Amino acid sequence: MAKAQKLVQWEPHNIKEQLLEKYPPKVARKRAQQIMINEAQGNTTPEIVANVRTIPGIITMRGCTYAGCKGVIMGPTSDIVNLVHGPIGCSFYAWLTRRNQTDAINDTNANFITYCMSTDMQDSDIIFGGEKKLAAAVQEAYDLFHPKAIAIFATCPVGLIGDDIHAVAKKMKEHFGDCNVFAFSCEGYKGVSQSAGHHIANNQVFTHVVGKSETEKTDKYKINLLGEYNIGGDGFEIDRILEKCGIKNISTFSGNATYDKFASANQADLSCVMCHRSINYVADMLETKYGIPWIKVNFIGAEATAKSLRKIATYFGDQELIDKVEAVIAEEMPDVLAVQEQVYPRTKGKTAMLFVGGSRAHHYQELFNEMGMKTLSAGYEFGHRDDYEGRHVIPNLKVDADSRNIEEIEVEPDPLLYKPRKTEAELAELAKGGVTFKDYEGLNPDMEKGSLIIDDLNQYEAEKLVEIMKPDLFCAGIKEKYSIQKLGVPMKQLHSYDSGGPYAGFKGAINFYREIDRLVNSRVWSYMKAPWQENPELSATYVWE
Amino acid sequence: MLLRHTPKEITERSALMINPAKTCQPIGAMYASLGIQGCLPHSHGSQGCCAYHRSTLTRHYKEPISAATSSFTEGASVFGGQANLLQAIDNIFTVYEPEVIAVHTTCLSETIGDDLPQIFDKAKKEKKVPEGKTLIGAPTPSYVGSHVTGFSNMVKAMAALAEPSGKKNGKINIIPGWVEPSDMEEIKKLSATIGVNINMFPDTSGVLNGPLTGEYKMFPDAGAKIADIKDSGKAIGTLALGEWCSADAARLLDTKCKVPCSILDMPFGLKATDRFVDALRTVAGVTVPEEIMIERGKLVDMISDMHQYFYGKKVALVGDPDQVIAMTEFLVSIDMCPIHIVTGTPGKKFEERIHEITAPMGRKVNVRAKGDMFLLHQWIKNEAVDLIIGNTYCKYIARDEDLPYVRWGFPILDRQGHQHFPTVGYKGGLRLLEQILGVLLDRKDRDDPESKFELVL
Repeated sequence: MAKAQKLVQWEPHNIKEQLLEKYPPKVARKRAQQIMINEAQGNTTPEIVANVRTIPGIITMRGCTYAGCKGVIMGPTSDIVNLVHGPIGCSFYAWLTRRNQTDAINDTNANFITYCMSTDMQDSDIIFGGEKKLAAAVQEAYDLFHPKAIAIFATCPVGLIGDDIHAVAKKMKEHFGDCNVFAFSCEGYKGVSQSAGHHIANNQVFTHVVGKSETEKTDKYKINLLGEYNIGGDGFEIDRILEKCGIKNISTFSGNATYDKFASANQADLSCVMCHRSINYVADMLETKYGIPWIKVNFIGAEATAKSLRKIATYFGDQELIDKVEAVIAEEMPDVLAVQEQVYPRTKGKTAMLFVGGSRAHHYQELFNEMGMKTLSAGYEFGHRDDYEGRHVIPNLKVDADSRNIEEIEVEPDPLLYKPRKTEAELAELAKGGVTFKDYEGLNPDMEKGSLIIDDLNQYEAEKLVEIMKPDLFCAGIKEKYSIQKLGVPMKQLHSYDSGGPYAGFKGAINFYREIDRLVNSRVWSYMKAPWQENPELSATYVWE
Repeated sequence: MLLRHTPKEITERSALMINPAKTCQPIGAMYASLGIQGCLPHSHGSQGCCAYHRSTLTRHYKEPISAATSSFTEGASVFGGQANLLQAIDNIFTVYEPEVIAVHTTCLSETIGDDLPQIFDKAKKEKKVPEGKTLIGAPTPSYVGSHVTGFSNMVKAMAALAEPSGKKNGKINIIPGWVEPSDMEEIKKLSATIGVNINMFPDTSGVLNGPLTGEYKMFPDAGAKIADIKDSGKAIGTLALGEWCSADAARLLDTKCKVPCSILDMPFGLKATDRFVDALRTVAGVTVPEEIMIERGKLVDMISDMHQYFYGKKVALVGDPDQVIAMTEFLVSIDMCPIHIVTGTPGKKFEERIHEITAPMGRKVNVRAKGDMFLLHQWIKNEAVDLIIGNTYCKYIARDEDLPYVRWGFPILDRQGHQHFPTVGYKGGLRLLEQILGVLLDRKDRDDPESKFELVL
């Protein structure tokens, strides 16, 4: 069933031209800056324009600030009541649709994930203001559920009519005494993508929750896992592996998260960042305020998982842990390699395109490499330049009006809780040994020269790319799934994984190999044409004669 | 227990909606727009609305849902969205080349007071609308009504295209309401079998249950044609299926073009289908053919065969008002007892209609037009039922309460086939009965002790 090996080599400039030719001149000019031909080798990396507004009328893959805040960051928290202040829709669409799994362990623990709560604003609330209704709704939620915390989210009209959700939160928090109430100004029109919402969510969690835990975490090797959302159970698999190694993940931001896990994040000795885009600033703030260094990790791909585990072990520096990590890798890898070996002949040489989120389009390339698959083109739905080009560009990033609307918080060392985990000398020693801190090189260096890196890909360009380059697999989100599949090319959702997962860690790699093998080798892709369409020129004969 | 915090004791809530049985207007408008041939729906607001509506419709129909957005950021929210919409109209006609752009508003553009007709005029004056192409628009603020209201508003905007004329075209307009593409197909088949020449809009059949061929057409050769929608002003009559979804459009055709209308229930189940067929026959002046009588007879036959399993069984039901009214009647007609009923879409007549339909059961029925699924679950905790019927979110209640469950309504996110198999008409009735009996007997087979487990039930 494998498609004929592709003989045509594409000329990237030519493809770029084809993508742009139909646009009105203004649109073409703007898009041209967001479509980059990767020339990462050497020091001539061209700049990509990212984190800028989408173009009205051009069908984008992006969502909004509210989606990033409520849907992505706060959605997976199990024992916080998430209450959306606004008309019903916003709350409805973020109701269980991201496949972030939760294990509340037993029936007595709080788990509000399955509840969708809203003030269901009506036109009278828009006219007369919704603060009273919001306060009443917070009270009703408290009376019904007695949660540890209630989080309030603003939707577009709330910002317009000027309801002061933070004042309501403060008042209700004081009123209850035993329930932390805080709010997020995450109106959908703020910023240019979900990314702004991540920022707003993280800032508020950092301000209102981190450091508030009274339970002391006494584990020997304590880490935070930042930017992991437990889609399809990824977080469960990562935790299984860490635990097996003797490393304690005390706080995931925010897959399978609980209030207390957020609240004790300041007690970790190392922060490990998975999704750089959604959370790099929390890692920075944890370091500044509490003295916790951070490293970039990646648990997507078996090799990447092993590498990340080794990095963590090197950081802690105990031979016992280093040996344990090696033992776990040695124990887990044979199963992974066995499946990889089975799948490899069927996936080798196949091609993929990845247009997902803001890190996943990078991370998943590890898994494809392990299957011998090549990524022809990739890009982020809501990435910033540093996600493409690496953190060294951060000081040079232009702050435009849209970014200026997103609150930046300044943190200082906490007078009581700041405690450097390593001395400057120790950090320098570790860095010499290859553990790089506070660093991420971005997507570009890992992609082949001449590959196309495209920011904020839209439906028109996606179709064109698929038509021209005919990849064996396209990865994006649910909105893109069926238009790509109508073209006869399998589409894998990498935001919410279709029906699969986990894909992180060792067991996840096995799942992914099998899933991709199924997708690119399914017989269904050979059924597009009926047999009589293959040879339409044949003249009819009476075969029965 | 996934809904472990839902208490049995019911307390009145004045401000907090929990687990809604509705969503917001624009998604309904988007679905309706997809039922026009060559139409690109456009969401006038910030881009998240459009993304959410496309995602939910995609998850339900398992088909590409293309729609554009005005991509408001703070500037547009302060200064108005006119510039964004003008730019969007220009870009859409240049890049995607649709025949029609159907614009619906959002709570954002409604709150700042953007005026669609005025912006459309400007777009036309600035030559952003190519010759022969159409712009339609519907106000769909999310803080009024529900997704059903949005659907209705966009269908009304379609009806507004109708041109009055003294000349009749001999056709009957059918406004099918928010039903599946498969249902729209079934309504067309039923009408054709009866021999009635119809003009149906919107029509998502062939658009949202299309084939897989290796080619992608953003605008498939299906859907209601703009010319036909304009022509609906010449029809001899309109049958509007569902008060909530279709009546406004039908009444507009009546007042604007003097096309008389009849508002019927959606044809779910025996009786509502009977009334639909009877109305078609009467308006068109035809005799119902034998073929339809046989189809009907098969449904009656199946009701009689299955009746023993249904008698007196209690049902909880949630969904949109037009659908739920017809389904309640169907359940009562097969001797089941729908006792807990909610819809999220407001409307005074809903509770009255349900009480009328369920009156012959001679028992108290819980019904709430502005209800939510949290309340429905509490009612179930207070009086258990044998079956729950509703959208995919019901599965949490079904699992916690260990209830047989039939997926029906919108959205269905975790099963497939609804876009291909109708549940309207006599044929659709057969499918509903099959599904209901299936879950009830699967349950019996699972729960009976071994001594009671039988081959022939």
